[in-house]
Amino acid sequence: MANKIPRVPVREQDPAIRATNFDEVCYGYDLTEARTEASRCLHCRNPRCVAACPVGVQIPDFIARLHEGDLAGAAAVIARDSSLPSICGRVCPQESQCEGSCVLGIKGEPVAIGKLERFVGDWSLEQGSGKSVVAPRNGHRIAIIGSGPAGLACASDLAKMGYEVKIFEALHKVGGVLVYGIPEFRLPKERIVAREVAAVERLGVEIETDVIVGRTVTVDSLLDEEGFDAVFIGSGAGLPRFMGIPGENLNGVVSANEFLTRTNLMHAYDATYDTPIYVGQRVVVVGGGNVAMDAVRTAKRLGAEATIVYRRSERELPARAEEVHHAREEGIVFRMLTNPVEVLGDEKGWVRGVRCVEMMLGEPDESGRRRPVVKEGSEFELPCDVVIMALGTSPNPLLAATTAGLKTDRRGCLEADEEGRTSREGVFAGGDAVTGAATVILAMGAGRRAARAIDAYVKSKYA
Amino acid sequence: MFKIREKEELAPGIIRMRVEAPRVAASAKPGQFVIVRADEHGERVPLTIADYDAAEGTVTIVTQMIGVSTRKICALEQGEALADFAGPLGRPSEFVSCPPEELRSKRFLFVAGGVGTAPVYPQVKWLHARGVRADVIIGAKTRDMLIYVDEMRAVADHLHIATDDGSEGVKGMVTDVIRDLVEKRGEHYDECVAIGPMIMMKFVALTTRPYGLKTTVSLNALMVDGTGMCGACRVTVGGRTRFTCVDGPEFDGHAVDFDEAMRRQGMYRTQEERARAIAAERAAGHQCRIGLDK
Repeated sequence: MANKIPRVPVREQDPAIRATNFDEVCYGYDLTEARTEASRCLHCRNPRCVAACPVGVQIPDFIARLHEGDLAGAAAVIARDSSLPSICGRVCPQESQCEGSCVLGIKGEPVAIGKLERFVGDWSLEQGSGKSVVAPRNGHRIAIIGSGPAGLACASDLAKMGYEVKIFEALHKVGGVLVYGIPEFRLPKERIVAREVAAVERLGVEIETDVIVGRTVTVDSLLDEEGFDAVFIGSGAGLPRFMGIPGENLNGVVSANEFLTRTNLMHAYDATYDTPIYVGQRVVVVGGGNVAMDAVRTAKRLGAEATIVYRRSERELPARAEEVHHAREEGIVFRMLTNPVEVLGDEKGWVRGVRCVEMMLGEPDESGRRRPVVKEGSEFELPCDVVIMALGTSPNPLLAATTAGLKTDRRGCLEADEEGRTSREGVFAGGDAVTGAATVILAMGAGRRAARAIDAYVKSKYA
Repeated sequence: MFKIREKEELAPGIIRMRVEAPRVAASAKPGQFVIVRADEHGERVPLTIADYDAAEGTVTIVTQMIGVSTRKICALEQGEALADFAGPLGRPSEFVSCPPEELRSKRFLFVAGGVGTAPVYPQVKWLHARGVRADVIIGAKTRDMLIYVDEMRAVADHLHIATDDGSEGVKGMVTDVIRDLVEKRGEHYDECVAIGPMIMMKFVALTTRPYGLKTTVSLNALMVDGTGMCGACRVTVGGRTRFTCVDGPEFDGHAVDFDEAMRRQGMYRTQEERARAIAAERAAGHQCRIGLDK
């Protein structure tokens, strides 16, 4: 079954054109392309891709069915381990997970597992409702805080087990980071996210927006007054970090969270929405993760000359390889080994540039990456109108502060075991609220494990 | 959707709405705010809570028509609904967690300016219900722009009014009244709370500083989500960067960097002016043919 054909290239929007619009960059495979690519899988006896998948999707198995043309079978195989394949196929860092372990990648190109997963996921979404089997209602009610990947995955598993599930979302739109964080050009909101949400709702899950748990209601009021038997917290990553350098409060310095929320959730790129956004002529994005890539490519699409400033070298960029590649194709300027030390303002308090220093890599630090050190006398000014800080987030303290007995670790993340059990009985947590900013697939996996733990908890308590 | 049960124009361009929002009404405390969105295409606008009634399940907001989004909110009629009404957000006023006996030994001075008079009302009402004495100064440009005078008179110990043109009360600024009360009449206050335009709060804080009078201000910074996620509402207080939405909205007025806060409020002013101009043109039936509305 294995053959020597090269990896099937995936069709994409032309870089020069897509840098001016918000339509999806990658068109994905069609059925013929997908089946051809599927034929490349060696079906290893000991599949390293499965071991490298955070949720253990049976990759060779779904690929075999896809190759045979059994799309429903392929979808069923994925569904055993992943509830959001069309999303994970688009946003997972495949090069450091499944595809990074593919044997074909040792000498050549790994199987395009992400693109195949996306193909199967999109096919399932197009089939719409139908095949989900929901157990009869068991009379127990579970509250889910947050409608991001962790909350959606936890909710859908619990609903299938027969629980009455209600999701509380703080914002006006459902999807968490999938709608406010990840841009349209990487993850289409109506075609993909809204359909995934609709699929969860079809299982009978109720969703209430505009509820900030910790303010509008509390975890205690959900348990004691609203009659929920357990609560799952999937509230996400929280507050944006800044560098703590002079000039950070000048007009024109924004967090990536603000910049992306204005564009994605609030549709600032669409003239029919009222949301203002400021990009100026030149934008500097500080950081090297996926959020930094999303922000810089968004700035480019809004018409600015857009530059990434990152203190380590290209090898250490934490972003997905595909995003870095796409960003380069779109004309993003990368200034590696560069670190801002001050944001410079004009006489009216608006950004006019960043003062930076050049860095070089020293000895490895605790993360295993070589620590960047300042090159003496290397200061220079980079002119710009907007500086976007994409430096990660720290946990929102609201839930821990308003829920008695809920412990946090020294970083302020909620303490939870592998199954999502927190220090408080009946309260479970997973995703970025526990791990700090991580990936969609880890959050989804945590939500699904917590669903099993919640089921065990409710059964033992009310048996 | 959150139904508007009552709507009333308090002064030219200042609209009061009583909105059905039972969850917010049950949890609201003085000092907190809500995020309101008129419709699917509207901005998330932070508005300080002007009153709340848990039994009725309603929350009152007072909005001044300034930009496109506040105009959209104000254009909705009784019986219609706001798309979103999220809250209560921010920390309640500090005095809410203070024991009533201790509060009763104190005397408060509230300074309210313009539309900021509305959020002062639930604070004075809350204190009045607990037997705490509070004097109130309301400032406005002119008599027609005064709001909440009767409501405030019912809960304030003494009510003072200042208008720029002298059409009602004292002719002058609220700071003139503060100086008159403290310096000429020898009134003693333990705490001052000022809510109004940023420039007014700045000058109230400058006025009370030499008296050593603790002064709390409520900042109306720009926000997107209002839950700590975006950081648009950054403000420097005592040399530290704080988020108005989660650390505030109330801060020590003597520690706030008002000049920075006022500058940051203007971050999107040009865009807002442009949006307003386009909206006005559209309303007048003008169809832009050179793409300025894109």
